[in-house]
Amino acid sequence: MSGEQKQRRIVPIGPYHPLQEEPEFFKLIVEGETVVDLEIHLGYNHRGHEFISPELTYEQVPFLVERICGICSNSHPLAAVLAIEDCAGIKPPPRANYIRSIIHELERIHSHLLWVGLAGHFIGYNTVWMWAWRYREHILEVFEMITGNRNHYAANKPGGVRWDIKPEQIPQIEAVLDVVEKKTMMLTKAVLDDPVIRARLEGVGILTKEQALHWSVVGPTARASGVDIDVRRDDPHAAYDQVPWNVIVLPEGDVFAKAKVRLLEIFESVKIIRGCLKNLPDGPIDIRIDEVPPGEGIGRTEAPRGEVFHYIRSDGSNRPLRHKIRAPSYMNIASNVVAVRGGSIADAALTLAAVDPCYCCTERMAAFENGKLKFTGNELLRLSWEKTEKIRERFK
Amino acid sequence: MSESLKLFQERFPDTMVFEKNPRRLYLTILREKLTAAARFLHEERGMRLSIATGIDTRDGFEVLYHFSEDTTGIIYTIKVFAPKDDPRIEAQGSWFPAAQWIEREMHELLGIEFIGHPNPAPLLTSDTDWEPDRFPLRRDYERRSEAHER
Repeated sequence: MSGEQKQRRIVPIGPYHPLQEEPEFFKLIVEGETVVDLEIHLGYNHRGHEFISPELTYEQVPFLVERICGICSNSHPLAAVLAIEDCAGIKPPPRANYIRSIIHELERIHSHLLWVGLAGHFIGYNTVWMWAWRYREHILEVFEMITGNRNHYAANKPGGVRWDIKPEQIPQIEAVLDVVEKKTMMLTKAVLDDPVIRARLEGVGILTKEQALHWSVVGPTARASGVDIDVRRDDPHAAYDQVPWNVIVLPEGDVFAKAKVRLLEIFESVKIIRGCLKNLPDGPIDIRIDEVPPGEGIGRTEAPRGEVFHYIRSDGSNRPLRHKIRAPSYMNIASNVVAVRGGSIADAALTLAAVDPCYCCTERMAAFENGKLKFTGNELLRLSWEKTEKIRERFK
Repeated sequence: MSESLKLFQERFPDTMVFEKNPRRLYLTILREKLTAAARFLHEERGMRLSIATGIDTRDGFEVLYHFSEDTTGIIYTIKVFAPKDDPRIEAQGSWFPAAQWIEREMHELLGIEFIGHPNPAPLLTSDTDWEPDRFPLRRDYERRSEAHER
């Protein structure tokens, strides 16, 4: 072993966390305070959805894939039913398309607010955390009103949707949107104008445009690196081509840009929901699918974290022959290998969390030095808070 | 016809094209040409790799690389075929980092060998408790038809 390698230490993050549903293990290789490399280990909680799905009928598949993720539990069923509909060559009725967009955008708002809250917690801004999660609560109440569930809404089925939006619910949804928009505006201004947050997040964990293309990252992670992609616009489905809205793209590629993209996207989501509620067409909310002919179909949609991709191969029976599922984090987490390189340990937790990998691993991080525990999860959180505190001192 | 498809057919004239609908194109090519075709789509046409799918069919393994052209919203799926007694395909992860994880996954779940992969270690299965020749996504067609006959 050369002298240089002897200085290297390993900081393991993971593999288990009491709050997260998808444990993963990040092994940070550090020299002093600087991260030089990252190894990622997956599969601690692999649930074999691709194995189970061919055992289920097309009506049951959305219920299975809904349980892949608890936060974006509308995007997987939506992509799956789009794949089934692509394979069968049918189109859902217009009202179903509008309701799909409304549910999908409500989900994006709650997911982005959740991430903003967690990001605030990591850098020691617990007020941001409390605020963001409080306003997210209103969105969950809307879900309960429309679908009966705060989570796992069971909104999609092949050929349409399961839940209709009643006329008397529309003013209630609009009232909630007004509140959420106003509060998010306040939160956005507070976050984006805060010099300490800027100093803490700007220039941290940069993913350049070339790297983003090379690692094929998706969603806000790509859009914050200047890659202008959004499946909602590029491959129109549901009602996204019926209402006006914008794709938010920023060139910087750092954690601050990722936070800004998500905050600004909330306003676009509000715009889409308002447009859909205003033009909600009359008519049925589903059509019957008698058979799915042999063949193949691809469905994709823009989840809060990026493109969800489902591929279905049919042999003409009532069950898929093969069902391939790709969640956005699968592409985004892999890109962490380049994003954390050259940063400090105090920033690594933030950079790993910046792609919004469905869960946050900082609380259970543990650092070992020569077999002895060096940092606990709380220690690493403290390191991150101390760095924020130091920056805060500079601004006094 | 889309611009990329026209150029692709000029470059690879023996491609079998199946147009499911205008935004879903399936291009079947020989497995020897996979790297050239994937490089053409990513490097010359600027496409992003969405994901790859491995399927165990009755006749052999099909491997599908789904490339997404985000300027037009078209998905170009390159389809290659590997027989059961020789399940080997050139690894795209050697030049394209986005393909590394999915090729590791197909290697361990289906038993397809990716030649030249920089890190062919298992991605999802257990490090300690897994037999190396156990491939969960392989389908036993013969046993399946026997069961139907009974």
